[in-house]
Amino acid sequence: MLRFFLKRLGLAALVAFTVSLISFSLLFLAGDPAIALAGEGATDADIEAVRIQYGFDRPVLEQYGGWLGNALTGDFGDSYYFKTPVIHLVAEKIPITMTLGLCAISFAILLSIPLGVLAAVKPNSLIDRFALFLSVIGQAMPSFWFGLILIVIFAVNLGWVPVSGSDSWRHFILPTVVLGYYATPAIMRLTRAGMLEVLRADYIRTARAKGIRPGKVLFKHALRNAVIPVVGLTAVQLGFMLGGSVIIESIFALNGAGFLAFESISRNDFPTVQALILIFSLIYVLLTLLADLLNAWLDPRIREA
Amino acid sequence: MEHLLSVENLHVEIPVGAGLLQPVRGISFDLKKGETLCIVGESGCGKSLTSLAVMGLLPKSARRSADRLELAGKDLSNLSEREMSGIRGNDMSMIFQEPMTSLNPAYTIGDQLTEGLIRHKGVQRSEAKNRAISLLEKVGITAAASRLPQFPHQLSGGLRQRVMIAMSLMCAPDVIIADEPTTALDVTIQAQILRMVKELQAELGMAMIFITHDLGVVARIADKIAVMYAGAFVETGAAEQIFNAPMHPYTKGLLSCIPVPGKTECGSRLGSIPGVVPSLIGGVQGCGFRSRCPYTQEACASEPELTERAGGHACRCVLDTSELNSIIWEAA
Repeated sequence: MLRFFLKRLGLAALVAFTVSLISFSLLFLAGDPAIALAGEGATDADIEAVRIQYGFDRPVLEQYGGWLGNALTGDFGDSYYFKTPVIHLVAEKIPITMTLGLCAISFAILLSIPLGVLAAVKPNSLIDRFALFLSVIGQAMPSFWFGLILIVIFAVNLGWVPVSGSDSWRHFILPTVVLGYYATPAIMRLTRAGMLEVLRADYIRTARAKGIRPGKVLFKHALRNAVIPVVGLTAVQLGFMLGGSVIIESIFALNGAGFLAFESISRNDFPTVQALILIFSLIYVLLTLLADLLNAWLDPRIREA
Repeated sequence: MEHLLSVENLHVEIPVGAGLLQPVRGISFDLKKGETLCIVGESGCGKSLTSLAVMGLLPKSARRSADRLELAGKDLSNLSEREMSGIRGNDMSMIFQEPMTSLNPAYTIGDQLTEGLIRHKGVQRSEAKNRAISLLEKVGITAAASRLPQFPHQLSGGLRQRVMIAMSLMCAPDVIIADEPTTALDVTIQAQILRMVKELQAELGMAMIFITHDLGVVARIADKIAVMYAGAFVETGAAEQIFNAPMHPYTKGLLSCIPVPGKTECGSRLGSIPGVVPSLIGGVQGCGFRSRCPYTQEACASEPELTERAGGHACRCVLDTSELNSIIWEAA
């Protein structure tokens, strides 16, 4: 198990390093950053001055080394737009996005796993049809539209929850539902498919032959084997939710890190973009690592891989 | 003596796309304490479904009916899944054909061995563990205590089947149903496992239904034999009756397929039964074996009854006993 853990950790570190290289290179992929920063109508001399001021004249490797060294201590430089340290900006926004992401994934798991199990236990039953209906709707409906519909019904007409903002837990209810529902179809379908397969397995028959109670057969013997692929998918979905909640954050004016990333890109605010990409990537790497560990705990055969 | 397990006119029907599949068509048998009944037949004759029907483990789409299905005087035919789960593993347990896939990969051997005992008898985990260790030793596993924290994938097929056997014995059931428990194992392990099963059965006084297509296995362990063909018994009797004086042409054909040391000459052809098992969809018209039987006559168009020909020896054939006795199956 320790060997497995160290191996995965090493892999994660390698991925994180590669990601940092890519997120740094992005600065140069978009063209000469000095020209972009100097703005329209700048003379060659202005551009040159900006180049020297920001250190773009130094060799790329040296710049990367400096950036990485600073980033490791939490210093991502100052935002070009806000002129304040990027780390402060990010520290302010990340918790909002994390809260939303964790709430949404919890909502998705609580909705989709029980439904997926029920659908698999009674295939083609009413509950299976209902689950299929929910997942088809979830896949077909754009989340921004769903968000707006919920706002109209629950915030505007019924007045149960606030329309937008991020001041209290009540502000997070609608965004959680919208973002969580987005992840539901995939998790539910995979749970259902996994359960259908596992329930046909010989060891389920063995468990029944031992006289294990039906509920325990389902949740102890079947679910543990069926959720193994679901764990990986859920980690990816959560990573996606954290990075890709821009639309939801804009609709509900949640003003989280997704929204910040979106705005920073359009403002050419490279240090902020770099920092956000790096942080999101690291979270993603961490989630994948956690998923691997969780799977290793669920399935002893994985531990020896 | 009172019958421990009593099955009368058991039917299994499974609706399939092409019609109604009838894999088990009116099976009856009784089992006394300590007795071994071997159900013999080729693949697809319905022997596995018979055992699953008795255990209440049929696939959901299957329908079971029986005039009588009693275990130690208790009627099993109308029990709910929940009530049945209290009997399975406790009074009646089963060993399956596929040791490689019959254990849950996610749980330790110890957990899987003990959970049935804890569920049925409500014993402490430590007590269940001790019983598991003693049974693992009994089925010939060395260093039994160190096996408990192991996972199935760390054991070989032979070991896993021993674990399955130990598991079926945990609650000291009255009846064990073994569905081809040695088929997936290599021959040396087969012999060991059979000997062990036989010894355990004698020691613990359990009744056993042993399902197999291998007559060599039957010869080693059977008290009673039922030869199954196309979903019905064609011949039943004591082991020595079936082996020494087989009656039904199918039984004779089966026996001619196995070489007998000292009797079968080197290089001579073994018997075979031409043709294939009839389709069991929509029922079988007449004798199920008539399309493959060299003694078919017009009367075979209606299915004969299983009738007793000598003390406890019954045969389902239109031919009378003296005709049957004169039949010699020619190697094809």
